Amino acid sequence: MIRKHILVALVQDRPGVLNRIASTLRRRNFNIESIAVGHIEQPLLSRMTIVVEGDDASVEQVRKQLDKIIEVIRIADITGESPVAREMAMIKVRATPSTRSEIIQIVDIFRANIVDVSPDSLILVVTGTQEKVDTLIELLRGFGIREMSRTGTIALPRGGAGPLTIEENKPLRHVVEQAAPEEEILPDW
Amino acid sequence: MIKTGAEILCECLIKEGVEVIFGFPGGVLLPLYDTLPHYPQLRHILVRHEQGAAHAADAYARVTGKVGVCLATSGPGATNLVTGIANAYLDSVPLLSITGQVPTHFIGKDAFQEIDITGITVPITKYNQLVLNVDGLARAVHEAIYVAMTGRPGPVLLDIPRDVFQARTEYICADKIDLPGFKPKLFGHPSQIKKAAELIASAERPVIVAGHGVNIAQAHAELKELAENAQLPVVTTFLGIACFPESHVLSYGWLGMHGMGYANKAVHNADLLIAIGMRFDDRATGGVSTFAPQARIVHIDVDAAEIGKNLTVDVPIVGDVKNVLHALNKQLVKRDHIGWLSQLDDWRAQHPATEVRDHEGVLPQYIIRQIHEATKGDTIIVTGVGQAQMWAAQYFFYDKPNSFVSSGGLGTMGFELPGAIGAKVGCPHETVWCIAGDGGFQMTVQELATMVQEDLDINIAVFNNGWLGMVRQWQELIYNKRYFGTKLYNPDFVKIAEAYGMKGVRVSKKMDVRPAIHKAMDHKGPFLIEFVVEPEENVYPFVPPGKTIVEFLEMPSPLGSLKK
Ligand SMILES: Cc1ncc(C[n+]2csc(CCOP(=O)(O)OP(=O)(O)O)c2C)c(N)n1
Repeated sequence: MIRKHILVALVQDRPGVLNRIASTLRRRNFNIESIAVGHIEQPLLSRMTIVVEGDDASVEQVRKQLDKIIEVIRIADITGESPVAREMAMIKVRATPSTRSEIIQIVDIFRANIVDVSPDSLILVVTGTQEKVDTLIELLRGFGIREMSRTGTIALPRGGAGPLTIEENKPLRHVVEQAAPEEEILPDW
Repeated sequence: MIKTGAEILCECLIKEGVEVIFGFPGGVLLPLYDTLPHYPQLRHILVRHEQGAAHAADAYARVTGKVGVCLATSGPGATNLVTGIANAYLDSVPLLSITGQVPTHFIGKDAFQEIDITGITVPITKYNQLVLNVDGLARAVHEAIYVAMTGRPGPVLLDIPRDVFQARTEYICADKIDLPGFKPKLFGHPSQIKKAAELIASAERPVIVAGHGVNIAQAHAELKELAENAQLPVVTTFLGIACFPESHVLSYGWLGMHGMGYANKAVHNADLLIAIGMRFDDRATGGVSTFAPQARIVHIDVDAAEIGKNLTVDVPIVGDVKNVLHALNKQLVKRDHIGWLSQLDDWRAQHPATEVRDHEGVLPQYIIRQIHEATKGDTIIVTGVGQAQMWAAQYFFYDKPNSFVSSGGLGTMGFELPGAIGAKVGCPHETVWCIAGDGGFQMTVQELATMVQEDLDINIAVFNNGWLGMVRQWQELIYNKRYFGTKLYNPDFVKIAEAYGMKGVRVSKKMDVRPAIHKAMDHKGPFLIEFVVEPEENVYPFVPPGKTIVEFLEMPSPLGSLKK
């Protein structure tokens, strides 16, 4: 079954990481619906949220390929864990004196915010699920959207520790001694 | 101690046990080339084209099990490496490419000979890095080699700007690797190994399919133990050739497009495949939907991403092949499979794939067999790509680990000459035979000069059939003999050899084959034999693309009918 998958990854903040990830997805024939990247609470690390479409097996295959990228510390497909997923959009919509109040009504219903007002347009900001943002955009289309920018989805799994949670007492970096024999690293099979 | 970047690079390479660098200089490398003479422990071999440096380092790594190192200047030097890096990537070879880069203050300015080689090589390296600061150089070198060698090996690249070679810093020997995202799984999961052992104990028609991973992991002894204890027939992949002695009673050849008919039949009829260090490449499986239709599959590989990539398997085991087999062997029950093995022997008798037919002219298969006999099998065979490659794989019997060096995944014509250089430099006490097609030979012919300059005792057999033989064969069999773009006008190969300052002979009669082979082997230094062979000979068996591996075509009988 082809469906949308949300992959979340913890990556080292090094040059070229985004390039490697995008290149791997392209090479394995995946369309990236969105990628959102930002720093997290730990220094030198970023978190990525990648939304791709595909069947479960091929997404799992590409997840494993992505996991091989040296800078990728952890990567998980959290689609099945009904994560909290949100995105944000900024929309500049044409607003004439006659349409302005109607737009403001819509904005209220969607709990969006108006962040800039000019004589012939408004900029509004909305956060929510992708469906909510899509619906709002559809409603506003009739007024004339002049410019818009979406962040792409970011997501966190619900509940306690997620697949990317860094436990406090466990160091993230397993430093490998050059000469020491290779330690056993727990497999997931 | 305060050292320059160039000195630090040399120190780190020496610390990693590197002894040989295959390189070609250029402007941005001059500081390094000014430093290399102070480190005589690092032997620099000057190639004639950077592709040759990469292939030589690649073959060096395959025969020694150590990291192979090649060196190229910025811009065209770096891009010339690309084919060689891709070759190493597809065959999982630990290759360290070091490229010079324009000075840091020029980066991004489209400076003379500036090219984004780290960007270019993203899809064909396991890891690469542009080293912008001399303080990070030592760590970068150790990390790169560690990544190249650990888990599933692969090529890595370090791009080093000229000013980083020149900059000075306190050299602190980096002895820690800090790569939190690098997590190869080296030991198989015990419960999976147990499941595999159970399947093996209950299988009626089991077959081991052993791949390149066995060679890489040096798991030859463990494989032998597994096969012998449970009486499991062993079929190898093309790159798995030589991972199990072909003279062993349990050896049943290699599978795939040009594999032995009995190997393909064994796999096709098996009820259990134990796939070890292989990746179900399409050249091995043929049509994948009809591959081994009755078999349950145990798949052992160090790369988790190989599991389930091309087909679904029943028992995946992620781990280093040597470790996994070691653990698996402890759980095996002794068994025999007399009925199954005698069935395989029948198939072997019905589909002889390694017999040289009686023929007046010079058959390429005959030459390979004569090389086998003359060397008693004790040699390293390095091949190009095409028909000669396949004959070398079929008609020589490989008993010694890592004695077969060939470009499998990428199928790179031109690998043969530089590959032979790398093999000889890596194993100077071994005899090396380079099996070259007349097409592939001309792709990297300039490396003859390298052989002569380094006085490498390499025996070269050029199979002059006047065609790009393998493509001609496809045109004959699949495109109804519509030959186009495959006929070669060839130079006088003996004169070419002589022009480069090496000895050469031409052989166009069958009776001259064996004496020429001995002449080459008795000669110290590089020696070329041009074999004028039967021009339109075909490689059989042949599984036409997309077909199931048991739908192989065999050598037409003299009456012209195709046996099935
Ligand atoms: C670099 C490269 N270009 C093209 C090919 C496609 N190709 C595969 S086999 C072959 C013919 C090889 O001819 P030759 O080296 O003379 O060997 P032969 O098959 O005659 O033994 C060609 C062109 C290739 N594998 N590699």
